[in-house]
Amino acid sequence: MFDNLTERLSGVIKTLRGEARLTESNIQEALREVRIALIEADVALPAIKVFIEQVKQRAIGHEVLGKLSPGQAFIGVVHEELMAIMGGDKADINLNVAPPAVILMAGLQGAGKTTSSGKLAKWLMEQKKKKVLLVSCDIYRPAAIEQLALLAEQTGADFFPVKTGQQPAEISTAALDFARKHHHDVVIVDTAGRLGIDEAMMQEISQLEQLLKPVETLFVADAMQGQDAVNTAKAFSEALPLTGVILTKLDGDARGGAALSVRHITGKPIKFAGVAEKLTGLEPFYPDRMASRILGMGDVLGLIEEAQRTTDQQEAERLMKKMKSGKGFDLNDFQQQFQQMKKMGGMSAMLDKLPHQLSQAAQNMNVDEKVINRTEGIINSMTPQERAKPEIIKASRKRRIAAGSGASVQEVNRLLTQFEQARKMMKMMNKGGMAKMMRAVKGMLPGMR
Amino acid sequence: MFSIFKSKKNSDEKNPAQIEAESVSFADKIRQGLTRTRQQLGKQLSGLFGGRKIDEDLYEELETALLTADTGIEATNRLLESLRTRVKRDALDDSEQLKTALQDALTELLQPLERPLVTTGHQPFVIMIAGVNGVGKTTTIGKLAHYFQSQGHSVLLAAGDTFRAAAQEQLKVWGERNQITVISQESDPGKKGDPAAVIFDAVNAAIARKIDIVLADTAGRLTTQLHLMEEIKKIKRVVAKAIPDAPHEVLLVLDANTGQNAVSQLKAFNDALGVTGLVMTKLDGTAKGGVIAAIAAQFADNPLALRFIGVGEGLDDLRPFNAREFAEALFD
Repeated sequence: MFDNLTERLSGVIKTLRGEARLTESNIQEALREVRIALIEADVALPAIKVFIEQVKQRAIGHEVLGKLSPGQAFIGVVHEELMAIMGGDKADINLNVAPPAVILMAGLQGAGKTTSSGKLAKWLMEQKKKKVLLVSCDIYRPAAIEQLALLAEQTGADFFPVKTGQQPAEISTAALDFARKHHHDVVIVDTAGRLGIDEAMMQEISQLEQLLKPVETLFVADAMQGQDAVNTAKAFSEALPLTGVILTKLDGDARGGAALSVRHITGKPIKFAGVAEKLTGLEPFYPDRMASRILGMGDVLGLIEEAQRTTDQQEAERLMKKMKSGKGFDLNDFQQQFQQMKKMGGMSAMLDKLPHQLSQAAQNMNVDEKVINRTEGIINSMTPQERAKPEIIKASRKRRIAAGSGASVQEVNRLLTQFEQARKMMKMMNKGGMAKMMRAVKGMLPGMR
Repeated sequence: MFSIFKSKKNSDEKNPAQIEAESVSFADKIRQGLTRTRQQLGKQLSGLFGGRKIDEDLYEELETALLTADTGIEATNRLLESLRTRVKRDALDDSEQLKTALQDALTELLQPLERPLVTTGHQPFVIMIAGVNGVGKTTTIGKLAHYFQSQGHSVLLAAGDTFRAAAQEQLKVWGERNQITVISQESDPGKKGDPAAVIFDAVNAAIARKIDIVLADTAGRLTTQLHLMEEIKKIKRVVAKAIPDAPHEVLLVLDANTGQNAVSQLKAFNDALGVTGLVMTKLDGTAKGGVIAAIAAQFADNPLALRFIGVGEGLDDLRPFNAREFAEALFD
């Protein structure tokens, strides 16, 4: 259903072939396809309309340069324009006030405000070395305050205790006093989820804003949101002087068109992206990657970064050395690579991040999650000694390993052969220029055979 | 969808007594909702139908209205196609007739989803709730418990979200307010943090206490988190160890705010669990939840039942889904 834009355009592009210049008439069809792709990515219609017009303006008269096909040139324009709309460069968080700097979180129910507050606290403590106080003004949802208290405990941030019966405004003023007394650099104020049409609740948060005078008022938006993202963003940006956006749940498989809708309405930069349920899952937002994602062009950079983050750096370097030389690389290392791959969400999660053509190709290679799991099972059934010296595995050991992992002896044999081939490959690669490439995709070896 | 079924926001979970006092009938709720619909989308839609000729411009505006409600390209095309056929077949020539025709087309598309949940035949009847993060699973469980209780059933809750901070507390607080037993991991510290164990215990407790309905909460999970998708498969397998044909219903909760990703969510959870019913929450906002039409079109061969829709924050605001009302309210 979610056909990729690149694929969609390839049909149209054929008609564009051989034209030296993009004109109003020859991009008409292509623009239609862009519109459909953006609708499928959940970009709101008003945002699409403006965007298409801009692309048209830029594309017409665009010279088709060098080796590019007209289609490629057109996609380039679309991508650049999308990036520009989403803010070009990444925007940092602003803490330039006399402390405590207040950050107010606002958004719909279930957008991820409380989780993002916890993540932001952790990020500020680790990256900016700030002393952070977490405050919850969500007196409505059962256990919302306890949730933030637990997150504070997990991150090591301070938590402002709320007395029962306290109203959000009272909580805010008391928390500010508390932060001044205890010399907190940053106060993150979490609020209850609310609907944009709920006048009483919108008034409440607007009062909180006037009371707290936050340096950052962040609108927390769910990346899976559909067309209504514009209405919600509009209601919040009218009630509050927003300074930025946190886009959550980007680790899902939604294309995230909401990013464009929200940006279109608020005009504010997306400052962070929520990318995992863990408290470390908050990243700066990269407009270029988001543009690729909305267009279905894959997020290769994100994949590489994820590999770097989840792979233990020293471990990876040790493995790299072994892999480079092909010496001493044994099944223990092989096993570790499986585990690292799992940390990254498994093979199919990685495939999702690849550009369309690549992931298609990979699927044709029949990368089967089950096969990988079985392989890991077989390795897990070996003793450490066997993993270190696979050559000692003879018939009797093979039978035991097969029985232990629920596999057949043939499967054990196949694994050992594959491993031997991989080891040989590494030696070969060492001679060629492949080492560089392997460094970029380290940790991915088992699935790449 | 199209922001119908609005309920007046009168209270929230804190105050069930107040809600009961304010016994607004279903028809009233829809009427109230419609007032808001007219205010919000009124211009856009009633303008379309205000004694105009049927021309291409009108179709184009209809397309925009449908897409704005998240119906997606496929369902929108299908609806418009069906509309064109009706216009030709019945020689319709004014926009009022077109309105009725579109209502019919939409009802026809959504009709297969209208199958209420029947809980008789099993005791306890085990309902497992699943969904991505933040769609309103725990809140829905509260409303479901209230719904079943008001029908005279006894209910037990299983706090199967052992992952998110304070999720179990959220359910327990709710259970205390409404005098409903909640089984959570504290009841057996030895099985700390294992959702399958908590739910298994809850099912066994329900058997022992002769409870009618077990509502099992699970942690929100994105479909890309494969280990969590494996975990939820395991929960289902373990439940079947307590009662062989349980869970009797696997409810997937969808957020009306979600765009086309709801279709992928359904696919992934259906592959993992065999979803038997859907709940769509948060229809009391401006979101129209039209993605349900996209789902109806995508799963036309094997339609899933949309059991309930959430139309407000009050305990009463969970309603069985009715396709005709849904479609009629839209263009009334």
